[in-house]
Amino acid sequence: MAANPEYMTDIKTIEFTLNGEKLIAYEDETILQVARRNDIEIPHLCYKDGLRADGNCRACMVEIEGERVLQPSCVRTPTDGMVVNTENERVLHSQRMVLELLQSDMADRKYTLNSELDTWSQKLDLGLPRFESRHNPNEDLSHPAIAVNLDACIQCTRCLRACREEQNNDVIGYANRGLHSLIVFDIDDPMGDSTCVACGECVQACPTGALMPSNELGLLEPDRKVESTCPYCGVGCLLTFNIKDEKIIYVEGRDGPANKGRLCVKGRYGFDYIHNDNRLLTPLIRKEGAAKVTNIENLSKDDISNMFRTASWEEALEFAAQGLKQIRNEKGGKALAGFGSAKGSNEEAYLFQKLVRTGFGTNNVDHCTRLCHASSVVALLEGIGSGAVSNQVAEVSEAEVIVIIGSNPTTNHPVAATFIKNAARAGKTLIVMDPRRNDIARHADYFLQFKPDTDVAMLNAIMHSIIKQGLVDKEFIANRTEGYAELEKHLQDFPPEKMEKICGISAKTLHEVARVYASSKASIIFWGMGISQHVHGTDNARCLIALSLMTGQIGRPGTGLHPLRGQNNVQGASDVGLIPMVYPDYQRVDNPAAQARFEALWDTKLDPNPGLTVVEIMDEITEGKIHGMYIEGENPAMSDPNLNHARKALASLKHLVVQDIFMTETAMFADVILPASAFPEKDGTFTNTDRRVQLGQKAIEPPGEAQQDLWIIQEIAKRLGLNWNYSGPADVFAEMREGMDSIKGMSWERLEQEHSVTYPCDSPDDPGQGIIFIDDFPTENGLAKFVPAEFTNADELPDHEFPFVLITGRQLEHWHTGAMTRRASMLDAIEPVPVAAVNPKDLERLGLEAGDMIKLSSRRGTVECFARVDDGILEGQVFMPFCYHEAAANLLTTDALDPFAKIPEFKFCAIQISTAKKH
Amino acid sequence: MENTVTRKRNKMRGEKHGRLVDASVLAQVRDLLGDAPRRRDLLIEYLHLIQDKCGHISAAHITALAKEMKLATTEVYEVATFYHHFDVIKEGQEAPPALTVRVCDSISCEMFGANELIKQLMQQTGDDVRIQRVPCVGRCARAPVAVVGTHAIGNADSDKVTSAIKNNNFVAQAPDCITYEDYKKQGGYQTLVNVTKGELSSEDVITTLEDSNLRGLGGAGFPAGRKWRIVSAQSAPRKIAVNIDEGEPGTFKDRYFLEIDPHRFFEGMLIAAQVVDTDSIYIYLRDEYAGLRKSLTEELQKLKDNPPTELPYIELRRGAGAYICGEESAMIESIEGKRGMPRLRPPFVAQVGVFGRPTLEHNMETLYWVRDILEKGADWFTSHGRNGRKGLRSFSVSGRVNKPGVHLAPAGITMRELIDEYCGGMSEGHEFYGYFPGGASGGILPASMGDLPLDFDTLDEHGCFIGSAAIIVFSDKDCARDLARNAMQFFAHESCGKCTPCRVGTSKAAILMEKPNWDQELMQDLAQTMSDASICGLGQAAANPMTSVINYFPEELK
Repeated sequence: MAANPEYMTDIKTIEFTLNGEKLIAYEDETILQVARRNDIEIPHLCYKDGLRADGNCRACMVEIEGERVLQPSCVRTPTDGMVVNTENERVLHSQRMVLELLQSDMADRKYTLNSELDTWSQKLDLGLPRFESRHNPNEDLSHPAIAVNLDACIQCTRCLRACREEQNNDVIGYANRGLHSLIVFDIDDPMGDSTCVACGECVQACPTGALMPSNELGLLEPDRKVESTCPYCGVGCLLTFNIKDEKIIYVEGRDGPANKGRLCVKGRYGFDYIHNDNRLLTPLIRKEGAAKVTNIENLSKDDISNMFRTASWEEALEFAAQGLKQIRNEKGGKALAGFGSAKGSNEEAYLFQKLVRTGFGTNNVDHCTRLCHASSVVALLEGIGSGAVSNQVAEVSEAEVIVIIGSNPTTNHPVAATFIKNAARAGKTLIVMDPRRNDIARHADYFLQFKPDTDVAMLNAIMHSIIKQGLVDKEFIANRTEGYAELEKHLQDFPPEKMEKICGISAKTLHEVARVYASSKASIIFWGMGISQHVHGTDNARCLIALSLMTGQIGRPGTGLHPLRGQNNVQGASDVGLIPMVYPDYQRVDNPAAQARFEALWDTKLDPNPGLTVVEIMDEITEGKIHGMYIEGENPAMSDPNLNHARKALASLKHLVVQDIFMTETAMFADVILPASAFPEKDGTFTNTDRRVQLGQKAIEPPGEAQQDLWIIQEIAKRLGLNWNYSGPADVFAEMREGMDSIKGMSWERLEQEHSVTYPCDSPDDPGQGIIFIDDFPTENGLAKFVPAEFTNADELPDHEFPFVLITGRQLEHWHTGAMTRRASMLDAIEPVPVAAVNPKDLERLGLEAGDMIKLSSRRGTVECFARVDDGILEGQVFMPFCYHEAAANLLTTDALDPFAKIPEFKFCAIQISTAKKH
Repeated sequence: MENTVTRKRNKMRGEKHGRLVDASVLAQVRDLLGDAPRRRDLLIEYLHLIQDKCGHISAAHITALAKEMKLATTEVYEVATFYHHFDVIKEGQEAPPALTVRVCDSISCEMFGANELIKQLMQQTGDDVRIQRVPCVGRCARAPVAVVGTHAIGNADSDKVTSAIKNNNFVAQAPDCITYEDYKKQGGYQTLVNVTKGELSSEDVITTLEDSNLRGLGGAGFPAGRKWRIVSAQSAPRKIAVNIDEGEPGTFKDRYFLEIDPHRFFEGMLIAAQVVDTDSIYIYLRDEYAGLRKSLTEELQKLKDNPPTELPYIELRRGAGAYICGEESAMIESIEGKRGMPRLRPPFVAQVGVFGRPTLEHNMETLYWVRDILEKGADWFTSHGRNGRKGLRSFSVSGRVNKPGVHLAPAGITMRELIDEYCGGMSEGHEFYGYFPGGASGGILPASMGDLPLDFDTLDEHGCFIGSAAIIVFSDKDCARDLARNAMQFFAHESCGKCTPCRVGTSKAAILMEKPNWDQELMQDLAQTMSDASICGLGQAAANPMTSVINYFPEELK
């Protein structure tokens, strides 16, 4: 990156001469960068800010006095007294000849409006090239999102460096030699067949349009650009929406602190769901007599539209609110519940929980955090007093050892994974622990493919070994923690030699990993739902916390605990109190002081009892205790475990208000549906996995009569008798700051200026604290607590009848329940059908082949999908993403809960596999 | 290029992106690799194992090898397709026949009828033999050369080749060299022992080399003593990389010396390791020298089994058919298991070389002379020379002379003197017309300039250089323009493809040189940029034959 002299006070400077003028270069600054800083133009093609300079195109050649040949200014750095010429006849001759050689091979067709080769050719006043053209390769349009036209390729390898060195996806190669040199995907495969993950980094890097968005979108000039953030995962990438004729035409990565300009396939190509024909455009009310059926897979589009009639907003809002009000008045607030959304903004989540607490009069408000990291948060609150990450992902560059356990970041946090892969390639030790060999395992120094369900046994064994090897941090334990003696005693029963049989990892490896983790200068742990979604999820997380505490691997740069958050705003939704037991900033509802604080802020009495969690709410519906619900932007009819049970519960509700952008599976059970706004249609803040509060900005208007969520929530509130009058998200944010000390120093104006501010942020000049727990923990006595974990098994073990273990999760191209991504044309084109990943030996044993339709059955349900071979999965296991409505994996899962966090065991249940009848 | 769509993902049945690893192919690859470490730098060695075993490398092999080595498939593919000795076969493509006959079509061999030979062989052999045109195989004194399997046949004609095929004579034999035992008996390795014991100090060694003015004999001519001093001053660990990728058309001196006396080279190499204090040595031998690989492997093993002194770590690496890997930094990339693409300098190899460490990189022959210079003294070496030049040069002479071959002659000797005194004069019926003083890249000079002293630096003002001292003499029966075109096609074939002036420039130049009328202005324009702006010596020198014809053989362009 270009050196910015403003921040460089004590950096070495070099004095040299450029075109006869004495100039100053800063250390490591290249001639090209100095020239740019001084408004001297030098043509360059293979150089791009952010990518390693490769010096291969030779367009930027300059003359250095005393050197025999010209030198690439993108690579060479000035030395004291160097005399450089960028514009004499010899230099210009070379620069022009290089451009002419490249131009001679360019196709007549244009693929981009911004060809850097054309720009420089014009600037250097180049005429028609005098050389014959090469024989150009054919176009490759095999990928739904990216067009490959190598007749515009200048072999600058920017795409390759973007793919390999930036994203570390390693799909693009430079094959053959000389004139036949060719940019290839994998083994010179069509891009659409290759292992390409369509992050689009190569498209963003290409200077000539050889790699472009498909369908010639690159030839459209956008009307305007809006800077915003990505609506998908918790990484929180900043991006730019390019809009033409009120439609988003393409997306570019923006230099945000969490993404440095990088995006993944969803962020870059998953935006057109908002323009999908199936968007809800008007409020809908269930027709009288239209029954709520539970077998929704069998419903046709007509069946669904026949169940509802359109209504005016006034009618729909009145109907929605009256239904809720009636239940509240007749049965009390406890007969109502609300599910907010981790996809909505902080402001929406805040208003939603405030509505439930003050309008319904209950704490029965929850959201999908319950289904992902509830157990992590319980263990973290119990152990170190805070559910947030201790350190940010970017700190992998400062770590020495990086542990990833129960997480598949290349799929679920793709851009965060790129930084982890960068770190691994830069020589950091990467330890991956997972029952599935996922893509990042290839980059690992140690890959521990342990038996599913044995996390506690393995982690306790590692801790046992750390003690045995004398690698505990005694000082840290003494000064910063309590309860170590009990842990030490507890761990005596977990020697690696005994645990190896249970977890399937050799004692030798356990000892080695223990030593590597404990003895490094800085070790950081990332984890995902492989840890949390178990009946022993809280125990799993307790082990990780204990591991970091006993070795003092927390509270410093490059150390710590980082549960990778799933949804783009699951951190924020939890922070602002969209969970039943706490108010904003995790202030417990049963803490009288907290209650008093919010009763004062909200000017109302509040229920002092913690409310019910997601699965508990479903249970209470079944038991006839809860009669009405308001569900905003959540899809429990797909995301809850044991869907037959959950769907029955939803169908039995007396009054269900659903607010969403599509006719989701949940909306099919609604009494009234309120058409809401998608991410690019509104303003708001979103908090990423790193605790960065970032601004999403409105790019276009919602379609039809759809309304912004903030407005809808407020209209319902008004009709429940609340006197709300927020003018917009800034207004809401201002109120949030009154109840949340963590964002005290963060004003809306500051967010508009900086786009990303980390909390805790105490004052306007606090840059935000990326590392927390430096001196103490936010517990009552400031100490962290060790909580020993017992090894227990999953709720439902495989047996003769149901011999396979089902692990559910996500797929790179599809988000959560698929509501958005299955309706995003390019994403659905890449992964259009439901699949289950099976070990090839299992398939063979069952007499099946890849691509066969198979039937998966558990004690609770059955689905049919295609078999996909995956040798990364152990025999006896099956992995299935839960995003396919036509084969909803959660029909199979168990609703057994972790006793502490009430999180369901999505990662383990027993199933059988058989052949499905041919379709 | 043909449309290469050879597979289609059936996404409607949930097929995964990318290729699946075939379990049986993976087992085969594991079997071939055995216990060998799965180090990335050994990738090319492992590709050889597969190619040798199967006669080609399939897509399934690449996928399996990538998995086994924890590499991306494209990382394996791009390396495999860079080197011409690997036959990468994708699904739906036909594997080559089990036997390949490589016929050299570089300058000397073309002069001696390689094209005719290729035509005849194509007619006379069946589908079970592949006839392949290849660049210089380093046996130019016996042009034309055909290599049946790995068995090289000099002064080849179709009868010799077909009878070798018939007799299953496919395998190169190890040359009869001076063995370790014999070499030691004749006093070999005593100087190394003296250096190791400190009886001959490192400083004395370096001073002697400096006094001898021994220069890098791979072509660049950098003073050897100074190089040792520079690398010694770098931080440890330091490495040595030895370049025996002798690929410059017309050059065969390294093979010549090694076929006779490999331990003289090993001793020089080990003295360098001792003086510069390096921990490991990588010897890079071109794949075309299959017989030599056998003898070197064997002799190196004897040395390791019974070392005269403690040895550093030594690896003999195998090239895979890429001229560019004779370029020092490209060779280092290749030693690291990558595509042989030159690095940008600075940093120089002496500072950042093999595996990022300071590296003493030498052509084999430079090290070969170390023992003699230390034992006989710097004065012995400098006592040779003519026309004001000092030292000895090993000229690889081919073309229209009576006695082609390696001639050890005084530096500064002229072309005419060399022909008359060492090469037995011009061949019968041939009149001296011109010569390539430094292989394909050193330019072309006319007979009228046959009295210039031949040494480093002496030809610079004429736009030429002697480089590795590969001299190709041609006569009035030859045409400079055709030979220059051959040289340019060679460069276009061998350009690594990294930088524009070379990748595009050589191919455009080759097209321009095919035309009946040369566009001399455009050629000169192009030549200037190729020389000025290419990354490495290949591109910088590639235009030399073209400009030489324009400058010295204008009558051929009329």
